[in-house]
Amino acid sequence: MDNVEKPQCCCSDRRGFLKKLAANVLGSVITLVPLAAGLAVWLDPVRRKTKTDGQLVRVATLNALPEDGVPRKFSVLASRVDAWNRSPQTAIGAVYLRREKGAAKPRAVNVVCPHAGCFVDYMDERQCYLCPCHNSTFALDGKINDPTSPSPRGLDELEVEVRKGGEVWVKFQNYRAGVAEKIPA
Amino acid sequence: MKRVQSALTWLDSRTGYKQLLHEGLYENVPGGSRWRYVWGSTLTFAFMVQIITGVFLWMAYSPSSQTAWESTFYIQHQMWGGWLLRGIHHFTAQAMTILLVFHLMQVLIDGAYKAPREINFWLGLVLLMLVLGLSLTGYLLPWDQKGFWATKVATNIMAITPFIGPELQRVVIGGADYGHHTLTRFFALHAGVLPGLMIFFIAGHVYLFRKHGLTPKEPKTKPDCAFWPDQVLKDVVACLAVLAAVLFLILKPRLFGHGELGAELGAPADPSEPFSAARPEWYFLFLFQFLKAKWLTGIFGHNGELVGAIIIPTLAVLVLFAMPFLGKWRLGHRFNIGFVCAIMAGAALLTYQAIQEDSHKPEYIAAVKQAQRDSERVKKLAKEKGIQVTGAASLLHDDPITQGPKLFAKNCASCHRYDGHNGMGLAVKDAQSAPDLNGFAMREWITGWVHSEKITSTNYFGATKFADGKMVRFVKKDAAKFTQEQVRQIAAALSAEAQLPSQAEADVRDAAIVDEGRKFMVSETARCTECHQFRKPDADATAPDLTGYGSREWLIGIISNPKHDRFYGKRNDRMPAFGEEKILDARSIELLADWLRSGATDTKVAAVK
Repeated sequence: MDNVEKPQCCCSDRRGFLKKLAANVLGSVITLVPLAAGLAVWLDPVRRKTKTDGQLVRVATLNALPEDGVPRKFSVLASRVDAWNRSPQTAIGAVYLRREKGAAKPRAVNVVCPHAGCFVDYMDERQCYLCPCHNSTFALDGKINDPTSPSPRGLDELEVEVRKGGEVWVKFQNYRAGVAEKIPA
Repeated sequence: MKRVQSALTWLDSRTGYKQLLHEGLYENVPGGSRWRYVWGSTLTFAFMVQIITGVFLWMAYSPSSQTAWESTFYIQHQMWGGWLLRGIHHFTAQAMTILLVFHLMQVLIDGAYKAPREINFWLGLVLLMLVLGLSLTGYLLPWDQKGFWATKVATNIMAITPFIGPELQRVVIGGADYGHHTLTRFFALHAGVLPGLMIFFIAGHVYLFRKHGLTPKEPKTKPDCAFWPDQVLKDVVACLAVLAAVLFLILKPRLFGHGELGAELGAPADPSEPFSAARPEWYFLFLFQFLKAKWLTGIFGHNGELVGAIIIPTLAVLVLFAMPFLGKWRLGHRFNIGFVCAIMAGAALLTYQAIQEDSHKPEYIAAVKQAQRDSERVKKLAKEKGIQVTGAASLLHDDPITQGPKLFAKNCASCHRYDGHNGMGLAVKDAQSAPDLNGFAMREWITGWVHSEKITSTNYFGATKFADGKMVRFVKKDAAKFTQEQVRQIAAALSAEAQLPSQAEADVRDAAIVDEGRKFMVSETARCTECHQFRKPDADATAPDLTGYGSREWLIGIISNPKHDRFYGKRNDRMPAFGEEKILDARSIELLADWLRSGATDTKVAAVK
């Protein structure tokens, strides 16, 4: 703006410069205050820590799991804090449980594909999990069984506990998508 | 540096921005820069602040009747810097109203509304009304009691508009009742339609201002000057002052040591809870007071409200719009200034009257205290328990500390008292004729029952039919001889029966005293079990059961049916069987009992004497 022709004005160059400086500085200050308050609120999610040690949730009973090695899907219901709301029993995800003949406890995998987070389907006729987003497949134990799979790792296996009365408890946890390691999300 | 230069030249050849900037910055200011020209810029600045803060608030706000208050609470109390963001938005809105008045006055006094600037003056008046519209719609969005009831009044007044009133109201509130669609509609107006119109009209306003130039204050004492940097600096300093005032208002509670930082957030809107503290935002108070004026109904009968709320304000606005024409008359300019000054003075007087009247009304003062208490309570509960999907209003519905005093005032206070008042802090007209239940079942309170003077005071049996009954006679004759230690033992033992949460620690600590007290109560000296049952079934007992005395179950029992054999039986004085006779439902009785047993000190307010 300095190389534009100026109309005649009332003050010396030196005073004019100080005025311009002051106007710019103060102008920035008054703009930055509301902006900073807004950005702080906007960045609030970054400072909130999420629980990364998983949540033990009762998802099924052994009676609901025949020893046939076929995966069955179960919803995971748990208490959930969503911003201001605290809900006692809400769906927070799902797992596939699979019990082999003679196995003491079933095995659990998270239904979420570790590539981009799509919900994988169990395909009975092909005996594998299929991710609908990129048509990649996973074996029954969750390992990648498709050479062109874009997924960096197999389905995420979750810890299982069988308690009194055949209650099946799963330590539910989501993991970061897109990376080879299992990092709690 | 050269690269930057050439990039800017490239940009200029494509956009012509230098020319635009030059026009923007080197506008001629006849007679040099002046402080009186800053108002328009401060308003533009305030509007810009509202857009910035508003957009960020938008990212966290959720307009529905179960989430509006809740998300606002979350912004205010849980999010990083939320109190500051909301505070800036809230107080800048108020500052805008004041700045508008200054701007209007400056334009009028300097004659900047006259030809050829008529259209620009009208655009300014449209902007003024848009700002008031933004205030009105924004007031509702937090969905607290204050905004809810004030908006209800405003929209009900709208319903008296001739011919289309009821339909207009239905369209505005999105149905027959206030709810989700009231909020979605108000929010769309507040964050979409009105700001969009504002931007459109501000563009026109600034364009016409630049076209016709500034109206200088005559006589010009200094030479002409460019807008940049002299006037810009003055404008920026004025904007800084506005921002400083806003920040001061936000921080005021911290500086003076009480209250919450930033904008107020009352208890969540609740159509089932009366809210006598409802008042419009301060800049609409004058209209509120004006509508209460008796002469309006005196002259216009039942049309008084229509005249006061719609016809007179509309006429005043029409006069404002006519000012460029009125100004052409010899005395027109003076009339215009006089007219606005008269309105301002009238509004100031009415505002003062409204505040003055309220400050002398005990009901209003108690309602404000009650509102503050509810608001603090609901926030405490929300922080401790979290909010269920049904919304925060249910936190208060299910809270003994909130509901207890209200139930007590309505059902018990005609005979009983709570620390001398009706539970809500108000004095009661009828004379006290049953015990004061403040500190119910606590040791000190129990002590009064075996005190020969206290038991005959109105705070105990004094005004009941038991005033000269067996118990009183026993206390006066025999209990008067108990040693202090014995009284202490009885109080500890009987109070322990209640298992009061507030005394849990003391009960454990004084287990030995409690034990002594239990033995003493059944002894030949104390002879409690001659009439009462205590810790052992006794079919012949004639006085209230002392087993579990004052416990939750006991208290619910006596409120439900004092005529039960376990309590006063046939000798019950006047107390109704609240449960048995279905005066109160089971949940209300539980709330009342839980409150009485809480010994809650935070519900106590000084009785209005």
